[in-house]
Parts: sequence; C-alpha cells; structure tokens
Amino acid sequence: MGTASEIARRIEAKDIRDRWLLSAPALIIIALCAIGPLTIVFVYSFLTPGDYGDVVWKFSPDAWISVLFQRDIFDGTWSFADAHLSIFWRSVWLSLMTTLLTLVLGFPTAYFIATRPERTREIWLFLITIPFWTNLLIRTFAIQEVIRNEGIVNALLTGTGITDRPIQMLYTDFAILLGLAYVYFPLMVLPLYASMEKIDFRLVEAGYDLYANRWKVLRRIIIPLAKPGIVAGSILVFIPSLGAYVTPRVLGGGVKLMLGNFIELQFGQGRNWPLGASLSMTLLAIVLAALFMYIHFTARRGGNTHG
Amino acid sequence: MPERPEKSTIEIRHVSKVFGSGENAVIALDDVSLDIRENEFFTLLGPSGCGKTTLLRLIAGFSYPTEGEIKLYGQDIAPLPPYKRPVNTVFQSYALFPHMSVGENIAFGLEMLGRPKSAIRTRVEEMLALVRMEHLRDRKTAQISGGQQQRVALARALAPQPKVLLLDEPLSALDYKLRKDMQIELKRLQHETGITFIFVTHDQEEALTMSDRLAVMSSGRILQIGNPRQIYDRPAERFVADFIGETNFLTAEVTGLANGKAEVALPGGAKIHALLTEDRELNGAVSVVVRPEHAEIVSNANGADLKGRLANIVYFGTDTLYHVVLETGETFIVRRQNSRKSVDEFSEGTAVGIILADGSAQILRD
Ligand SMILES: Nc1ncnc2c1ncn2[C@@H]1O[C@H](COP(=O)(O)OP(=O)(O)OP(=O)(O)O)[C@@H](O)[C@H]1O
Ligand SMILES: [Mg+2]
Repeated sequence: MGTASEIARRIEAKDIRDRWLLSAPALIIIALCAIGPLTIVFVYSFLTPGDYGDVVWKFSPDAWISVLFQRDIFDGTWSFADAHLSIFWRSVWLSLMTTLLTLVLGFPTAYFIATRPERTREIWLFLITIPFWTNLLIRTFAIQEVIRNEGIVNALLTGTGITDRPIQMLYTDFAILLGLAYVYFPLMVLPLYASMEKIDFRLVEAGYDLYANRWKVLRRIIIPLAKPGIVAGSILVFIPSLGAYVTPRVLGGGVKLMLGNFIELQFGQGRNWPLGASLSMTLLAIVLAALFMYIHFTARRGGNTHG
Repeated sequence: MPERPEKSTIEIRHVSKVFGSGENAVIALDDVSLDIRENEFFTLLGPSGCGKTTLLRLIAGFSYPTEGEIKLYGQDIAPLPPYKRPVNTVFQSYALFPHMSVGENIAFGLEMLGRPKSAIRTRVEEMLALVRMEHLRDRKTAQISGGQQQRVALARALAPQPKVLLLDEPLSALDYKLRKDMQIELKRLQHETGITFIFVTHDQEEALTMSDRLAVMSSGRILQIGNPRQIYDRPAERFVADFIGETNFLTAEVTGLANGKAEVALPGGAKIHALLTEDRELNGAVSVVVRPEHAEIVSNANGADLKGRLANIVYFGTDTLYHVVLETGETFIVRRQNSRKSVDEFSEGTAVGIILADGSAQILRD
C-alpha cells in the first residue's frame, strides 16, 4: 500500500513537471512580450521628462498627477484637467457606443448567416471578412471620402433637396463612431456567429411549441444561448476601440481626440514620455476594470435566468 | 341504426409533403388521410424514415404540407403559427433548453401562457412528481441522464395541458421497467386529462398495448388504420402482417366466393375459408396470412389443412414454436401455449399436420 501511494505521488510530481515544461514556451513569450514592455512603461511613468523627449532617471510622481490634474504655469497650483477628463470620457463613451452599435447590427447579421444552408454560410463569412484585407488607413480614408462635405452622402442629401446645405459629419464624434463600428464590425460578427452556429435550432421549435412568439424565443432562447458570443464580441470590440488611434486621428481630424491620440501626443509633440506612460497604464486599468465589470455582470445574470 | 361518427379532433386530408425538388425530391408523405378522435390514444407505427416525425411536424406547425389540409376541431390550422396551436410536442431529440434547469424547462410553456407564478410553481411540482424527478428540479438539463431528459421533455409538454399531445418516440431511451411504468402512466394521464395523444413508435408491442387505434405507415403512406385487434388479426397488406408480430404467408388459389369469405385451395389441396378486408373481385392466386397462434399442430396428418415435416422446436417459456417445413418447401410456424399438462408429443423430423382455426386465414390486398 505504501508503494502504491508512493507511485501515485511520483506520477503526480512528473505530471506537474511535464505541465510546466510543456507550457514553458508560452510562458517565455508572455514574459518577453507582455510583462517586459509593461514593466518598462510602468517604470517610465515614475521618471522625469527629458527636454527633447526621452526620460531623465529621476523619480517624480508628476506624470501620474498630471493624468487628472494640471499645474498652473504661473503660480504652480494644481487644478482638475478638464481636457483630460473629456478625452477619457469620449474614449469610454465612443467605445461603448461602438460596442452597442456593432452588437445591434452584428446580431441579426450573425443570425442570418447561422440560419443559411451550410454551403452558403462560408460565402457570407468570407464577404464579412473582406474589408480586413485592405489596409486600415485606406479603409478609414474611404469613410472620410464618403462622409466629407463634398462626399457622396452629402451630394445625395443636397442633390435630392433633403437638405440645402451639406451636413458636417467629418471631424465629429459621429464620424469616429461610424469609423470604429465599420472597422470592428467583423470582430463582433465572427464570435457571434461561432456561438449561434452551435445553437440547436430545434430548441427554437421547442420554444414555439411552448407558446413563445418570435420575440420571446429571441429573448428567452436565442440570446441566452448566444451569450458567449455576445461577451466575446463585446470584449473584442470594446478594448481596441478604447485604444483606437488611426480612426479618431483621420475622422476626428485631431480635433476630437481619443486616448490613443492623446498618448501619441505625449510621446511626440508633447515630449512628455512619463505622462504618455502613465496614460497608457491608465488605459490598461480602464480596460481591466471594464473587463472585470463585464464578467461580473454577465456571470450574475447567467445564474439568474428567471430575472 | 348507423352510429354517428365520433367527433374528430384532427382531420388530415390528402396531405403530402415533399422535401427538395427535382432529382433530389424526397416524398416524405404521400396522400395521407387520417381522422383522430377526441381523447383518443392514436399511434403512428412504422419503420425508420417512413414519415412519422414529418407528420407530427405538420400537425405542430413547424412545417407546412406541400398539398392537402389539416383541421383541428373542424378548423383549418394552416394560418396558425405553432405558438398559437393548442398542441405540445415531446420531441424525439428532447430539445430541452440547455440554459435552464429542469424546473425552468417545465415552467417555460406556462410562463409563456402568462399563468400566475404560484400556479406555475404548483404545476411544476405536480409534473415533477408525475415523472418522478422531484429531486432533480434544480439540475441543468445537461447534467441528467438520457432517460431523465426524456421524462423532463414529457413533463414540459404536459404542463400546459394542451388539447393534443404529440409524442415522438417518448419512451425509447427508458429501461424496460421504467418504460412499462411510463406506458401505464401515459395511458392513465390520457384517460384523466382528456388530452388526445398522437404517439409515434416503431415498437409494435408498445403500439398494440397502448393504442386505441393505430395507423401503420410505410414510405410515406398509411397502409392500414384500425384498433390493435384489427391490425393484428386482420392485416390488409403483407407489409402490415410482416411488420407486426410473426406471420405465415401462404399462396392459395381462389375457388369460390360466399358471403364475405373466399374459398381458397391451400398448397396441399385442402380447401378453407379465408376472410377479406374489403369487397373486391378475386380470382387466381392470392396471398393468405395466418398467425402462428391461430394454427394447431397435430401428429396425424390425415385430414389436416397442411402437411409437412417438423423441422425445429423452439421452447420460449410461455410458448413453444414449431417450425414445420411444408411439402412446398415453405416454413410454417405454429405457436402453442405451454401448460403444465403439455407433454412433448412431437419430435423433430417427424411428419405432422397443421389445422387452421376457422376464420384464421386472411387474404391480403396485393
Ligand atoms: N428536412 C428534410 N429534408 C429532406 N428530407 C427530409 C427532411 N426531413 C425528413 N426527410 C426525409 O423524409 C423521410 C421521413 O422522415 P421522418 O423524419 O418523418 O421519418 P420517421 O418516420 O420519423 O423516422 P424515425 O423513426 O427514424 O424517426 C425520410 O426519408 C427523411 O430522410
Ligand atoms: Mg422520427
């Protein structure tokens, strides 16, 4: 009996060793590519900015204070940085709206594809992913072309007499929202499709059989079953939207900044690398907070389907 | 005085269902007509792929007939979506909602009907007790066995007290004991609730023991409708006779017709009276069917209807089967009930005779 437990213990020890060994490559990559750079950013955020960019190796909490506050150049007092707050707010708000918009448009799209005959589904998926083949910058400029004052949309509006003057769409929050939603739409549709494709549509029939009309079948059966896709799609859209750079740059025209642009500014013209670093860490914190909130929220809802 | 026909719950008139088109067209139902009466236990019996599920789906409203009409209480149900039909289904695949517990599954239909919460709770408890699943109310449906899932499916369909319950092989995953119990339970329920049951099975014994009436189907067509006795004793077609129970087929020659019966000459030359399921012209060779328990084996072949050699004796507990090779080379099976008194008066290899009970032979429609 002693030998049996001895063997069991040895096998377990070997198991654990093997597991570490097998996951070593992944762990090394994570250490090199994620934790390493993040540590550098974290350290930089506590240093003093150099005169021409870069950093001076001298501790200073100023960068972190500047995330929310600004120092008056004349009397040196700190006050709330309204400009910073509005950028944070715009980033979060636009990302939320982008997530919502892609979800509202993506859900019926994914449902449509998932209910096609098997052969045609691949064609639809292929069509959805085509924009991915084109450079992001080019796609964004294409949107600019469509919505600018002399673009097709305004030409149509004025041409048909719906408005007598072009509507200013470019360089507004609307333009950024449109751009983000367009760019991240496939990232919402694909996970939604993946979870809908797994739905046994006989469950939908069972729902109809039990007196649920279309709306109730959607709410009580299809949406709960598609939830993994909704969660994955929302995360995949929200996070990159929050840090988006190209889209707000081109469609917001440098007037409507998002966090990504603001961070870039610190490393470029602003020559304040520590502030850029602390803003980056803040962005990371917002993402993590959003992620935790989302998981917490959906997990609670999942346990309470009666609600 | 002719009896007034009983009230029909469901009338199915010349219904056909074709899947696909052109070369790939599958005729799943071919001109099916059927009346199902109020509070009847009606069974659709037939081999796999004969169209049983297809017919149920048309009644439930998940698909529409290519041709024909279905009426519920005299009204055409074509314009009603499934959620407006007072019909519930126990699906062959169960189709339980995986994101809900057992109790929530059973409550679903009642919730959709907008029943008050307290009534729903009581009804769910009743249903759980009925299918003996009280202890599993809060389990997710993925965490219970196949037989338990089947019982939940049954409880879920029964909970809203539909007018018609469609059951697509609802007992196939249960073990023998539970299956027998559920059969009795289903019959009791059907009597008590006044619900019309349309039950699908390919188990002929189940069909015979449970049904008030049954329809035997084959490749999209209904071959015969009748009560279990009629189907078993008076099969109209070879397929029906063959599908249900063990049967002997004989080729005979018609020699005369008299008051609903035909006189036929059997292979050995003996003449017997055979029954007809319908009036029609008969002449020449016909197929005659005799159930093994309707024949008697005798040691003295003189004067017997059929003569042959006893090839095999198979002891069955309650019965013994005698396999007799006739002079024509065909095998005829006689079933005899065992009793304590019965002795082994026959031995394999000896010459024996077979006497057919009066009215045991039945002429098949060809
Ligand atoms: N959606 C469909 N598309 C094409 N053919 C179908 C479809 N549904 C059923 N069929 C065909 O119709 C015929 C009848 O099918 P059905 O499911 O009604 O059989 P069944 O009698 O219920 O068989 P089982 O006892 O195996 O459940 C089969 O040949 C089947 O292949
Ligand atoms: Mg079937």
